[in-house]
This record gives sequence, C-alpha cells and structure tokens, in this order.
Amino acid sequence: MVADTAVDRAKAQAKATQAKAWAAAAAVPDPEVPCVTVADLGILRSVEIADDGAAVAKVTPTYSGCPATLAIELSIETALREAGFEARVERVLSPAWTTEWIGEEAREKLREYGIAPPVEASGSIRSLFGETTVACPRCGSTDTERVSEFGSTPCKAHYRCSACLEPFDYFKCI
Amino acid sequence: MKKELFELLLRVADDHLVLGHRVSEWCGHAPTLEEDLALPNIALDLIGQARSLYTYAGEIEGKGRDEDALAYMRREREYHNLLLVERPNGDFAQTVLRQLYFSVFMHGWWREAAKSTDETLAAIAAKAVKESVYHVRHAAEWTIRLGDGTEESARRMAAAVEALYPYTGELFETDAVTDALSKAGIAPDPASLKAEWERTIADVFAEAELALPGEAWQHSGGRKGVHSEDMGHLLAELQHMQRTYPGLTW
Ligand SMILES: [Zn+2]
Repeated sequence: MVADTAVDRAKAQAKATQAKAWAAAAAVPDPEVPCVTVADLGILRSVEIADDGAAVAKVTPTYSGCPATLAIELSIETALREAGFEARVERVLSPAWTTEWIGEEAREKLREYGIAPPVEASGSIRSLFGETTVACPRCGSTDTERVSEFGSTPCKAHYRCSACLEPFDYFKCI
Repeated sequence: MKKELFELLLRVADDHLVLGHRVSEWCGHAPTLEEDLALPNIALDLIGQARSLYTYAGEIEGKGRDEDALAYMRREREYHNLLLVERPNGDFAQTVLRQLYFSVFMHGWWREAAKSTDETLAAIAAKAVKESVYHVRHAAEWTIRLGDGTEESARRMAAAVEALYPYTGELFETDAVTDALSKAGIAPDPASLKAEWERTIADVFAEAELALPGEAWQHSGGRKGVHSEDMGHLLAELQHMQRTYPGLTW
C-alpha cells in the first residue's frame, strides 16, 4: 500500500511537471500573428520530459521557408528555461503541418485580430483554379476579392472587401 | 541505394536553390507591389524546400556536410540542377513561364514523392506539395492574364514559350539514378509525369490563347553538371560571402 502511494505520487508529480512545461511552451505567441499562440496554431506538437529531466518540445514548421520557424524555436526554448527547465526543441516534419490544426477558438482570435481564418484545405491544383469565398473579418461580407495570393508573410494572402472597402489578410489553407 | 538517394536529393535541392535564387533577384524590381511580395515569398518556399533537402542529403552522405556546405561550397560542375532553372529571369513573361513549366512538374513530383517509402523524403514532400499548388496557381494566372492580355503582353508570352520550351525535356529525363529509386518506391519516375504535365500546360495555354510549341531540339546536361554560361555568374553571386569569408555565420 505504501509503495503504491509512492508510485502514485511520483506519477502525479511527473504529470504535473509535464503540464507545467507544456503550459510554458504553449503560451508563446506566434511572432508574425501574435494574437494566437504556437499551441493555438498547432505548431507546438508536444512537450515531454526526457529521462535526463529536460523538457523536449516538438515543433513543426508551417511552411518550408517560413522565416519565423527559427524565432519560434528560440522563443519556446527561452520560455521553457524561464519556467525552470533544461530545454531542447526538436523539429518534426511528419505529419506535415496543416491549417486544419487551427482550432475554432484560434480562428475566432484571428478574425478579431483582422485576419480572415483559413476556409478549406488545399487539394489538387485543379480545385485551386477556382476562387475561394473568404468573408471579410471586419464586416462579415463575402463580397471580397483576392488582391494577391502572397501577402505580408508566406502564410497569408492579401484580400480586399468590396462592402466595407477595407483591405485584409487571409490566412491561406495549406 | 544511399548513393542514388544522395544524388537525387542533391538534384532536387539544387533545382530549388538555383530557382529560388533566380526568383529572389526580382525582389525590389517586380512590376507591381503585390508581385514584389509574391515573388520573394515564392523564393522563400523554394529555398526552404532546398534547405530541407540539403540537410537530409548531408545526413545520407554521412560526411558531415550540412546544408550550408552543400549549398555554398561546391563547384559549378557539382551542381546537378536543371538548365531550365538557371535561365536568366529575362522579362516578367519569361519568369512567369519558367515558374509554370517547373512548378507544374514539381507539383506532380512532390505528390508522388509524398508516397515515398523513404519517410523523410515523404515528409518533406507532403509539405512541399501544398506549397507547390500556390506556385502553380500564381504562374498559371499570370500566364493567362498576359497571354490573353494586350498585344504586347501576348507577344512577350509567346516569345517566352518558344525560348523556354527547349529546356523542358530535361524535366523528364531518366537515368540509372531515377530508375533505381523509382523501382525501390523511393522517388517518382520523372518520365511518368510527362503526360500530366503536358495536359496541364495545354489547359493553361488554351485559356491563355497561347499556341503550344511544336517539336523542338532539347537541351541537356544539367543533371551531369554541364551548365550554361549563366550558371557561373549566378554562383559567383550566390557563393560570394562564403567564398570570401569561409564558415561565416549570422
Ligand atoms: Zn468588409
């Protein structure tokens, strides 16, 4: 009985430590879209405590050439160290990041921030010859037009609303 | 199979590095502000794809060469990229068409490579295939806009079609490396992607009111490191910093 309790206590402690590490890493904002965190976007895949006690965060890049990837990795490492952990960040390529991992709450945060959230996942090149209907994050109108497929960062396209006339970013599907 | 895989990764990485470099030359010079954002973004994708491939190639080779060593510290003859991607940018029409020819091919290649029995290549491809969709769409839209545009833009697009078509045969070349890898299910057979490529190009050209090029003599040599004169000039700029200050880091 005594032994069982000790084991249970150790397990509970390990769980609490892992949760603390996750919370520290998960709170890191995305450097280019600071209204959402790396956890909201699904960039932070997991945080585990390794046998040597270090917190190991697994991170997946959004785009192959995303210049923010390195900044994100450094921020996560810093956040873990500040929470008192020895930290390592590992980059994982598989499964490939997709905008489908952006949760409903994060989509709402993006909209509030003025960025239209991704509408649907991309498939073949044929399906993409057609225009996607993107609602204006300010007024909600779907009377919008794409100005450019490539906006201020690799993950965004540039749109304009024909109803309220405001330009806006669209977080494109990948 | 390691030797073949290393060679293939280098070829594809070189294609992306060299084309990424070419496309990046537009930064600050594109015809509109939107294009000045779009082209460097595309270049970023291409260079990002090259980085993943070089890093993996270095691991496969096992001689301690990292992405920088492979990208910056080789001689011209050691680059095995397609001649198409080293073509100078020319006018905007030529840049757009080079993008169309290459990205339509790569879209099919990445899609098939995503099913590779090699897990790392499959993972790199799974990401790249989605990015390539946007590259195809960007190039196709411009081809249509310019081909079916003014007399001047149509003339320039038609000239680009003629100028670059002789560099497309190399896309589908096969040799012992591609044969061995496709048999092992590691990488697609480039020749198997030709019919799909021709169909997509024909669809875009029809929409753009551009005539399909007739039979033409095809250049070859890039995969063996035999380059055009332009490659030396490109490498001089690309490698300048690392050659002047070897081992330089940020
Ligand atoms: Zn609006």
